[in-house]
Amino acid sequence: MTAPEIRPRRRLLGVYWRRLRRRRAALIGTAVFVVFLVMALAGPWLTPYGYSDQSPDRLEPPGWPHLFGTDQFGRDIFSRVVAGAQGVFFLGGSATILAVLVGTAIGLVSGYYGRFLDEIIMRVLDVFLAIPSLLLALVLLATLGSSNLNLILVITVLYVPVLARVTRSMVLDLKTKEFVEAARIRGERSGYILFREVLPNALAPLLVEASIRFSYAIFLVASLGFLGLGAQPPSPDWGLQVNEARGWFATAPWMLLFPAGAIALLVVSTSLMTDGLRHVLQPKGAER
Amino acid sequence: MSSNPRGRSDSPPGLSPMGSMDTVLDIRRLCIAYETEGKSLPAVRDVSLGIAGRQSYGLVGESGSGKTTLALGAIRYLAENGRITAGEVFFEGRNLLELPAREVRSVRGNRVGMVYQSPSTALNPSIRVGSQVAEVARRHLHMGKAEARERALHMLEQVAMPDPEAVVRRYPHQLSGGMLQRCVIAMALITDPRLLIMDEPTTALDVTTQAVVLDLVAELKSRLDAAILYITHDLAVVARVCDRVGVLYAGEMVEEADLRTLFSRPRHPYTLALLGCIPRYRVDGRRGRLLTIPGRIPHLDELPSGCVFAPRCPLAEEACRASRPPLREIGEGHLSACRRFTAVPTPAAYVEDIESAVDWEAVSLGEERLLEAHDVEQHFPMRGNLFAGKARRKAVRAVDGVTLYVNRGRTLGVVGESGSGKTTLARALIGLEAPTAGRVLFEGEALGGTTARRSRTVLKNIQMVFQDPDASLNPRHPVGEAISRPLYLLRGVRGAELRRKVRELLAAVNLPAAYAERLPGELSGGEKQRVAVARAFAAEPKLVLCDEPLSSLDVSVQGSLMNLLHDLQVEQKTAYFFISHDLAAVQHLSDWIAVMYLGKVVELGDALQVLNPPYHPYTEALLSAVPVPDPGVRQSTIRLEGAVPSPLDVPPGCRFHTRCPRVLGDICRTQEPPWQEGPGSHWLCCHIPCSELEALQGPCLLSVCLEDEGG
Repeated sequence: MTAPEIRPRRRLLGVYWRRLRRRRAALIGTAVFVVFLVMALAGPWLTPYGYSDQSPDRLEPPGWPHLFGTDQFGRDIFSRVVAGAQGVFFLGGSATILAVLVGTAIGLVSGYYGRFLDEIIMRVLDVFLAIPSLLLALVLLATLGSSNLNLILVITVLYVPVLARVTRSMVLDLKTKEFVEAARIRGERSGYILFREVLPNALAPLLVEASIRFSYAIFLVASLGFLGLGAQPPSPDWGLQVNEARGWFATAPWMLLFPAGAIALLVVSTSLMTDGLRHVLQPKGAER
Repeated sequence: MSSNPRGRSDSPPGLSPMGSMDTVLDIRRLCIAYETEGKSLPAVRDVSLGIAGRQSYGLVGESGSGKTTLALGAIRYLAENGRITAGEVFFEGRNLLELPAREVRSVRGNRVGMVYQSPSTALNPSIRVGSQVAEVARRHLHMGKAEARERALHMLEQVAMPDPEAVVRRYPHQLSGGMLQRCVIAMALITDPRLLIMDEPTTALDVTTQAVVLDLVAELKSRLDAAILYITHDLAVVARVCDRVGVLYAGEMVEEADLRTLFSRPRHPYTLALLGCIPRYRVDGRRGRLLTIPGRIPHLDELPSGCVFAPRCPLAEEACRASRPPLREIGEGHLSACRRFTAVPTPAAYVEDIESAVDWEAVSLGEERLLEAHDVEQHFPMRGNLFAGKARRKAVRAVDGVTLYVNRGRTLGVVGESGSGKTTLARALIGLEAPTAGRVLFEGEALGGTTARRSRTVLKNIQMVFQDPDASLNPRHPVGEAISRPLYLLRGVRGAELRRKVRELLAAVNLPAAYAERLPGELSGGEKQRVAVARAFAAEPKLVLCDEPLSSLDVSVQGSLMNLLHDLQVEQKTAYFFISHDLAAVQHLSDWIAVMYLGKVVELGDALQVLNPPYHPYTEALLSAVPVPDPGVRQSTIRLEGAVPSPLDVPPGCRFHTRCPRVLGDICRTQEPPWQEGPGSHWLCCHIPCSELEALQGPCLLSVCLEDEGG
């Protein structure tokens, strides 16, 4: 309470770090996530081979020089797994960011202005939420055709309703708070109230939700790749790799295990990180 | 913690010197610490107390003083990070700290009853009340189903529950706050405990309900032979139910004495200061300035090395700061931890001292109407179910035709139980919710329904201070931004001038300029409320609506905030619309008072007239419910049963007739009562003629306390 005069923001980061330090699972999750992130950013410089380089060593088991073994074309699976991270992060990341931006905007407007507009927006979003997401993605991609842009747009469309609902529920709670009423009493414009009073207080839960969405997006990208609606050969997409490796599972199980393991590891580490994020940003009891 | 109390036997004070056989709970030099983030915070230090059977011991202190920690520590029921570091606790002669955990659990279950602050969270909302009460008997008394049910019924009768047969079949949400608290007390008493711990049992309740519960506690005290440990922040409540009082400050016992001694001759400056914070009624209409305690309660990791109270004490000397004074006996059964206890003035001298410092002549006031509300109505239609016909749709009649005025530079106090529509009215006046009917005029000009339809000038002139200081400041905005926005928007202040004004405003509410950089989370409740006041005054309004600004604050902080509001009013000629359920606070600040019940004003007039007979029966009931911080006062005991009826189903005729102790007959049930004029500027809405009301009622209820104070 009687804190010395320090800029509040630095203090806050210190508090965050202290809270995170005590959650080992979250720390490990974050560390693994960062490893994948480095793979995505620095992929080509990390791998010994190009992801489509073929060599005479076909169906080589894990060992040296092929850490994760090779596939039926003699491509290095380690290089392909590392290279695949980029696509996952790019597709999942941009879809998540886009969904957060659009979803937040819709949620803010719908929650703040309420009444008729809210009713219409929410019913439309309910329609999207009612359709199973993978099914909707399949239908949309099958009609639109498969491309990176379409993939991102489809995932965005899938996630906007959820993010809009999360934002809306935050706004509904925040707009009855007395500090928002105080802003109305002094005649602030709606824009100021939405972006300066309401949004900053909704950011923490939104960040957590975005992180959850990202882990789902990884899964969705991989699923669509596996079903052949995402990336096309010879792309190192993990889902695609798993699909291609299906026929070789009896003779060369490593072809399937490593990309599938990468998907699982990234999804799990992202959710562990999310968990830590939630703990750091919204500790129990400290914030209402 | 090393000092050795001199002149103290090992036996708890207040009992016979050798330690009575009857002592139920005997806490000896107990120390409790909390482990947080690697630090050990000593929350309770070296506290001793003893309670005998049939005795009720009041543990008084502000928030953070360690009252609850002490009580929970005594029965070894601390939070996970709490630890008893030293001391002994004897319960019925056995040292609880040495018993195995299993046995302590059985002692807690069978021999100790506990009543918590909020009855609505103490009961499970999805289980019938009867089963919850009976469950305790089944679990701890190992009774069969039928027997436990009988026992539960019996206990509910014991706590004066009306119609217990029906109540046992209800769910918690179907009962009023007072009835719920009675259930909780019944649950606590069902095992026939030797010790009853009550932790602020009336704080969450309305004044009228509080009075009923306090009556029950006082009655139980005389009937049971259990010891009662009553924890509260409210000295007035203590005066009603306790025999002996201990005052805790920052984890230490600073004074302990019998009730009357403590109130008539406190021997610790902190106790005296607490007494001085409480507003008192004065028949001559002169409002005394309230005493405040400068500074704040020290944080547990930066306790002063000497006397804990020294940094805030007007009597402190060098020696006080050097070493911690022991709690010692200074009179019969009277203990004080003050080195200079002989220098502590009497309460009368103290209050007099403070009052003489106020220049009352400076307060010259006009009679010009600033804000007028004409027949303001706020009905909220129930969102009907899809299949219900439109005709059957009801509305919540939160405010149902209110006409009142606020004069320039004056204060209108608005009182009533929760659910009477006070806040809804304020929200309609300021334009947060457009009223469904009626007109609001400001300086003679009709106002738009919502803030969006009001001009900048009007917005500037009417500001508001909210109830909950935690919610009224944006947790992401520094204090400086909160205060500068109204300056920027409504007064067009920019640049360096803006920063200078923010500093001025902070200074006006007695906060250091450095606070402009702070986030609300770094401030205490009282400081946040000061910032909220600064923000309201930044626009230089002519009218400030205060919606229970005191209710979430500690007593000493309440006093300083009331003084602040008063100073600002004198300085800026601001008018207040002051909502409170605390009649003492309202009479302290108000020139006019409006009493609201179920969406209507039932009595309105000059503050002195409203608080003097004749009263509206509702006002009379409210007044007799207010606890008076003086054990010598005998108040009339008019009690209202039940809660305010639902504004969905407003009773016909006089809306107060369902609870009115003075119902005349059918006329009250069928006809809306007329307004009648009482003596002075005073109107009330009742079928009983004023002259008769006056005859029915005794002399001024609150002035009794003034006469007693003279002695």
